[in-house]
Amino acid sequence: MKTFGRFLIFLKSLLVRGESFRILANRTLDEAVLIGINSIFIVGVVSTFIGAVTCVQVAYNLTSAFIPNSTIGFMVREMTLLELAPTITSIVLAGKVGSNIAGGLGTMRITEQVDALEVMGINSASYLVLPKIIASMLMFPLLVILSMFLSILGGYVAGSLSGALTGQEYIDGIRQNFIPYNIVFALIKSVVFAFLISSISSFQGYNTKGGALEVGAASTNAVTNSIIAVLIADFICAQVLL
Amino acid sequence: MIEIHNIHKSFNGVKVLNGISGIFETGKTNLLLGASGTGKSVLLQCIVGLVKPDIGSITYDGKVFTNNKLDLKQEIRRKIGMLFQGSALFDSMTVEENVEFPLRMLTSMSRGERKDRVEFCLKRVGLENAGKKMPSEISGGMKKRVGIARAIAPNSSYLFCDEPNSGLDPLTAIKIDELIYEITQEYDITTVIVTHDMNSVMEIGDKIMFLHKGNKLWEGGRDNIMDTDVKELQEFIFASSLMKAAKKVEEELGSLEDITSIADNNDETAAKAENNTPDSPKGTERYLRTNAGGDPPGSPDMLV
Ligand SMILES: Nc1ncnc2c1ncn2[C@@H]1O[C@H](COP(=O)(O)OP(=O)(O)OP(=O)(O)O)[C@@H](O)[C@H]1O
Ligand SMILES: [Mg+2]
Repeated sequence: MKTFGRFLIFLKSLLVRGESFRILANRTLDEAVLIGINSIFIVGVVSTFIGAVTCVQVAYNLTSAFIPNSTIGFMVREMTLLELAPTITSIVLAGKVGSNIAGGLGTMRITEQVDALEVMGINSASYLVLPKIIASMLMFPLLVILSMFLSILGGYVAGSLSGALTGQEYIDGIRQNFIPYNIVFALIKSVVFAFLISSISSFQGYNTKGGALEVGAASTNAVTNSIIAVLIADFICAQVLL
Repeated sequence: MIEIHNIHKSFNGVKVLNGISGIFETGKTNLLLGASGTGKSVLLQCIVGLVKPDIGSITYDGKVFTNNKLDLKQEIRRKIGMLFQGSALFDSMTVEENVEFPLRMLTSMSRGERKDRVEFCLKRVGLENAGKKMPSEISGGMKKRVGIARAIAPNSSYLFCDEPNSGLDPLTAIKIDELIYEITQEYDITTVIVTHDMNSVMEIGDKIMFLHKGNKLWEGGRDNIMDTDVKELQEFIFASSLMKAAKKVEEELGSLEDITSIADNNDETAAKAENNTPDSPKGTERYLRTNAGGDPPGSPDMLV
């Protein structure tokens, strides 16, 4: 509880006495490029396989002759768009981006780089952390869109290769009863997750004390706490927004 | 000139600074001397505003720094340069970018002006060719130089150094000390240096404040530090076992009688000194006497 209070104070400190808009924008762009480049490969691989596995498993479970094969495509779409793409992507990113943020900030803290900024009269929290949070909130939705596309593609490839259904059936399936709001919902979720992961990881990293060992611990904590927060938020979003 | 008055600081109920007052003069190298854990770094952090003192005030050239409005604080901060113990270079930036950083953040210089200033500062610390390197690619001594260049880049009026020569070989350490000393005089900066190195004290100790367990026990200069009658400082000096110090003693006092007798009376100190001079079976006494002959350090006579 006390930690939560400190977390809120930390968030508030990001917003007071910030640097000029130009510096903030530049830093955000740098961070966004980093997040994008560092994560695109892992997100791509994970999403493609998730789509493929979902398709094969749904096909395996739908053996009834009364259900048309296109339903497999439909189900892959529903599962990936609503849940797998935003949530699994975010959990993967919690590992990748979260540990990166916490490790980076932790190292800066213990090597006095944060102090060096403070001595110059720069609000180190807002200079270092705010761009990371904004960049995450910009990049996560993009990565989630990529993830949606690739998992549906993965399902298509796996479905066709395994012979569970034809490509045409799959495409018919993913066109059935499409609800555009689901995509909006998924993107809102991804922004929420982005905020949680980047702010929690920054908080852990920024408040590191001690040495290299503590930086490692901060990274681990950042990932664990972020994942828990993502799962709780996932549940709340489903309750509130659906 | 920086004035500190009655600085107190505790961490979790443990008193680290116990009412420290003093003056750091402009154009001089002001040393904070003391053993490990006596609160030197904490005092420095209080002065630059990284740590808030529990009680006490700090004034920079008459402007109150503690408990003042943020803008005023920022105004003072912009004139502060600091060299950190581990140099604290930004490791995602090149050497040049590191030096340019405070200029970019704190001044309204144009790109061209910044480039000139960076070039000038790097040249001043003797690193004109290292600008494109990353901090991970340069040696510890070079990192300190970059740290100094970054600290003085925005025309700082105040320079703070936390153990500028820790982790450096003695020769490089002296060079860094001299660089700081020269820069201080050249640009008339108020420099505060935290150290526990007696070499630095004798080399560049214009003004020295000796801290012990959070108290200021002694204040003076390198000229009179050997005359001190503060027991803790005497112990400190002996434990440091330094050729320079010994030489200075010989110059200043002409005789070593009283000092060596202190050493004899103080087994613990003598033992410490002995550890530091493996060549000398009789510890401090032998060591001081050999050096009192005026031989350069490391001469064969020392082994006799
Ligand atoms: N942020 C902090 N929280 C709690 N205790 C601290 C903190 N900073 C310093 N201390 C304590 O204050 C005491 C003085 O520390 P300080 O770093 O000032 O010593 P020092 O004189 O600089 O020693 P050294 O020469 O080893 O650097 C130590 O006992 C340290 O544990
Ligand atoms: Mg220290």
